[in-house]
Amino acid sequence: MSSSHLPFGAMSRLAWRNLWRNHRRTAIMLLAIAVGVWAMIFMTALMRGMVDQMIEDGIDALPGQVQVHHPAFRDDPSIDHRIPQPDAGKARGLQSPEVSGWTSRLRVPAMISSERNNRGVTLLGVDPQGEIALGFDPHSIIEGRFLESVDDNGLVVGAKLLERLETRLGKRVVVMSQDPENNIADRGFRIVGVYKAKLSSLEEAFIYGGLTTIQALLEVPGEVSEIAVTGHDYRDIDAVYRLVSGVYGEGFETLPWMELETYLGMMLKMMDGFVLVWIIVIFLALSFGLANTLMMAVFERIREIGLMQALGMKPSAILYQILLESLMLLTLGLLAGNVLAVASILPVQDGIDVSAVAEGMEMMGASSVLYPALKLKDLLMANTVVIVLGILTSLLPAWRASQYRPVEAIAKI
Amino acid sequence: MAEIKCVELCKDYQQGDAVIKALDHVTIDIEQGSFLCLSGPSGSGKTTLLNMIGGLDELDSGQISIDGERVDLLGKGPLADLRLHHIGFVFQAYNLIPVLTAQENVEFVMQVQGVPAKERKKKALDILREVGLEGMEHRRPAELSGGQQQRVAVARAIVSQPKLVLADEPTANLDSVSATHLMELFCALNSTHGVTFLIATHDERVMRYAKRLIKMQDGKIIEDREQEPS
Repeated sequence: MSSSHLPFGAMSRLAWRNLWRNHRRTAIMLLAIAVGVWAMIFMTALMRGMVDQMIEDGIDALPGQVQVHHPAFRDDPSIDHRIPQPDAGKARGLQSPEVSGWTSRLRVPAMISSERNNRGVTLLGVDPQGEIALGFDPHSIIEGRFLESVDDNGLVVGAKLLERLETRLGKRVVVMSQDPENNIADRGFRIVGVYKAKLSSLEEAFIYGGLTTIQALLEVPGEVSEIAVTGHDYRDIDAVYRLVSGVYGEGFETLPWMELETYLGMMLKMMDGFVLVWIIVIFLALSFGLANTLMMAVFERIREIGLMQALGMKPSAILYQILLESLMLLTLGLLAGNVLAVASILPVQDGIDVSAVAEGMEMMGASSVLYPALKLKDLLMANTVVIVLGILTSLLPAWRASQYRPVEAIAKI
Repeated sequence: MAEIKCVELCKDYQQGDAVIKALDHVTIDIEQGSFLCLSGPSGSGKTTLLNMIGGLDELDSGQISIDGERVDLLGKGPLADLRLHHIGFVFQAYNLIPVLTAQENVEFVMQVQGVPAKERKKKALDILREVGLEGMEHRRPAELSGGQQQRVAVARAIVSQPKLVLADEPTANLDSVSATHLMELFCALNSTHGVTFLIATHDERVMRYAKRLIKMQDGKIIEDREQEPS
């Protein structure tokens, strides 16, 4: 006895021809699947790009993927909660292939005053080379220069802050904070550089001075507020975190970025689930069309299905035949959708300007240029969901087709 | 070879409020190698009897066996196997798969049976030549006349030499020359290969070829006689 199934080649040929019996219906369904798949992939790439960028910007603003602080610093980020600047031993410990850069910074709340205005800011005493290694982009300096050394006496401020203070490059400003003895520590700085950040809120918040200069101002030589370390991929920081935790053990608080910025961490975790939900929602809309198309294809061919059963095809073979037609339809639709998605993402890889809604974007922590991020796993997820759910959707019409009694099917008009 | 035994076959159909007795306690034995015609008016039960013997429909009661195997007890899978390997069907209309060519339609059953491609092709072309469709192998059903379509269906039914051919009005769409040619082909297969033919027909020309003629009316056999084919 044979299996009562057509060989796969013959089954495929039959499925392919059946698919094109009604050109218009198949073409419309293909278009629907292709547009649905395009929407799944393109919108996912946009969302993924936006979230990636928000996280990267967030990590840049932290900065670093892992930070070390005094255990009380995060509750009270004042000058009272300092840690020693890394000595040669600790600096050697942080030299590792997993680490792409690290720096130590002094970070205190301060007041900046120009001749016209004043603002509350965060004063950062930094090592310029370390900041650049950590991700500070020298090209973000739009006027003047960045700090040149740890004992640079200049001050670098954000463009927005400059505007708020109603001052300009080269002018002197006064920066005031508190030293560990609760005495006012203040001095005048000349603005030597103006930076532009992706988020204008950051431009207002942070001012940069040389690390040694700020340590001298606050009378805390050899001490810093935080040590920031960065690796190669923010998604995979276990090795960096283990390394830093090993170097800084008891008496320090070592945290990865997702715990330092829990909002961003949650966002990353939520993104995969969100993408899956988004893909399924689009597919559900598609599935009605798919099920209807297959139902119609089956109803139109009831007599033919009855004939095939009369000739000796088993119900399971009829089921496979209909599922194969569905699989072909889905595969063609997926192919077109993937090509469409890639073709529409590639030209905008350099960013989509959404400055028209920049304020709204900034409220979410996103910048005004969106960079679509096409990820292989998102492509695979969209394709897998469409194939798996598509086949599940097709099961009902296929099963119904396989359950006709031959005599009834043949008698159908 | 196919020896068919039908015992007390009953089948009712519901039509609105009325119950139609399609088969009413039908009992017949059909010997292997028979050439039997079922005749009778429309609704007499001819097609129902063919469908029951071919396992296309379910009995209300009664027993059918082919070569000792109880057809009425078989499940869908074994019934499909029985039809695939032992029974050839020719229906009155809508016999072909529209997206396949004449040759592919003839090869269809052999493909399901797992016959190798080369052998399949040779048999299909031979039988198409035999039914007078040489040169039309690559035409689809829509490109063939009703008679030509019926000949393709006949070719498909007999190409793998089943034990039993069940034909429902096989000449209904054929002109007299084609009908004669077809019946001669049936007779040849019956006499040379011992294929059992069970043909439901209104056509007097077909009945003349039968060795046994059964007349049905209201689901019952009203006449069953042997005859000399002419």
